[in-house]
Amino acid sequence: MSRQPYVRPVSKTTWYMRNGRYRKYMLREVTCLLVGVYCFLTIWVLATLASGSPESWNALLASQQTPVMIGFHAIALIYFLIYQSFDWFKLAPKAMPVQLGEHKLPDRYIIIAHYVAWAVVSLFVFWLAGVI
Amino acid sequence: MSMRQMELEVLRYDPEQDEEPRFQNYSVPCVDDWAILDALNYVKENIDTTLAYRWSCHMMVCGSCGMMVNGEPSLTCKTFIRDLPDHVRIEPLENFPIERDLVVVLDDVMEKLRMAKPFIIRKDPPPEDQEFTQSRAALYKFKQYTMCINCMCCYAACPQYALDSSFIGPAVLALAHRYNIDSRDQGKAERLNLLADHDGVWECSFVGACSEVCPKSVDPAAAVQQMKIDGAKEWWKQKLGGGKS
Amino acid sequence: MAIAKKAFVWGLFAAGGTVTAFVFPVLIALFLIVALGDVPEGLQFENIHAFATNWLGKAALFIVISLSLWHAAHRLRVVFHDFGVRMDNAVANAVYLVALIGTVMTAFYLYQI
Repeated sequence: MSRQPYVRPVSKTTWYMRNGRYRKYMLREVTCLLVGVYCFLTIWVLATLASGSPESWNALLASQQTPVMIGFHAIALIYFLIYQSFDWFKLAPKAMPVQLGEHKLPDRYIIIAHYVAWAVVSLFVFWLAGVI
Repeated sequence: MSMRQMELEVLRYDPEQDEEPRFQNYSVPCVDDWAILDALNYVKENIDTTLAYRWSCHMMVCGSCGMMVNGEPSLTCKTFIRDLPDHVRIEPLENFPIERDLVVVLDDVMEKLRMAKPFIIRKDPPPEDQEFTQSRAALYKFKQYTMCINCMCCYAACPQYALDSSFIGPAVLALAHRYNIDSRDQGKAERLNLLADHDGVWECSFVGACSEVCPKSVDPAAAVQQMKIDGAKEWWKQKLGGGKS
Repeated sequence: MAIAKKAFVWGLFAAGGTVTAFVFPVLIALFLIVALGDVPEGLQFENIHAFATNWLGKAALFIVISLSLWHAAHRLRVVFHDFGVRMDNAVANAVYLVALIGTVMTAFYLYQI
């Protein structure tokens, strides 16, 4: 009886198309590109502030006020909320189990706590920015 | 109790005759409360005695009968035909070499199991003249990670293991974590030095598929994330404390 | 056998991920609000300049941008691996370099404000 184990090939470039679970994972992973973009947008904001002139600041604000930028920011916001923030909150209980006596705190409390903290942080920043 | 005709599309591979796997169809009259394993057993007993597959307890405790059922890593004794369509495709567990038909080569994971050092490691001797007790709270902290039956469904689901089989993988890491958080154990640093190395815990990108397919709700993804945090803390401890412990 | 250096980068990744999850939605929302034409009081030049002159404001901005950059960099490294690109060392050096450049730029501009 001779052995000849067969190794099934796995595509290193398209494996994530195989099922919904993997596709959602990839959609989550590529949010890093959005993070990079907004980091450098914010650095550009800092650079403009550093120049010290209200004119260049107003020019920067005006540069955002195009339909393309509105669409970009809106889509980025929704995509980011779903695939980064909400996903992160959903996964957080796995990394930080809380044991109360003999029982583990159910995941949903930790998730809700994250949403509450997120709401508080967001409202605080909106208040700082004068939106509310 | 009624009957249901199922169409099974089963992967076949004879290492002595086949260059590559092929599929063979079987039409199986099933009783409606059967598990898919019962359908396979029917095939073996009544239609095709050459079909090779692993199974044993038929009650979700031995971990032998893991296979891909319609693309999903499953225990065939736990997958009931009432939850399946009439046409079922059965393949050996993904990401493992196929030995024959539905039997896979599990040597890789078997060797990795010892890397978890799956035993209590003590530095101090246990207390003299009294039992070494563990409270129920301390037990329940790690109990879910003791439930692993080594069925390897998690490895079949893990895309990082699929891309690179040098990754230590979910079950082995969950097993190590079971000992790391056992109040009687003092071997966390020793295990982390082995498992938080390359190909260890950092290769996991938290896809989470392992926990979704685990038939015993072990939640290996949680174990791995907690081990990453332990590993990061231990790294700092070693850098700041100077030298390995 | 010892704990890999990846432990350090992962720590930054985890911290950065927490920061982005909580802070980035409101950050993007501010960009969106400005884009929609309504520039709120706090984003007028004098007010935001004052915020960034304050050392607490500087610290907050630096931590948010820097950690987010490292989070994005590490995740991008994993994305390359997941897309089949196998030159992990080259990719790692490239993404961390970009994160480092971004961190330095952030510090530089914050210092100038």
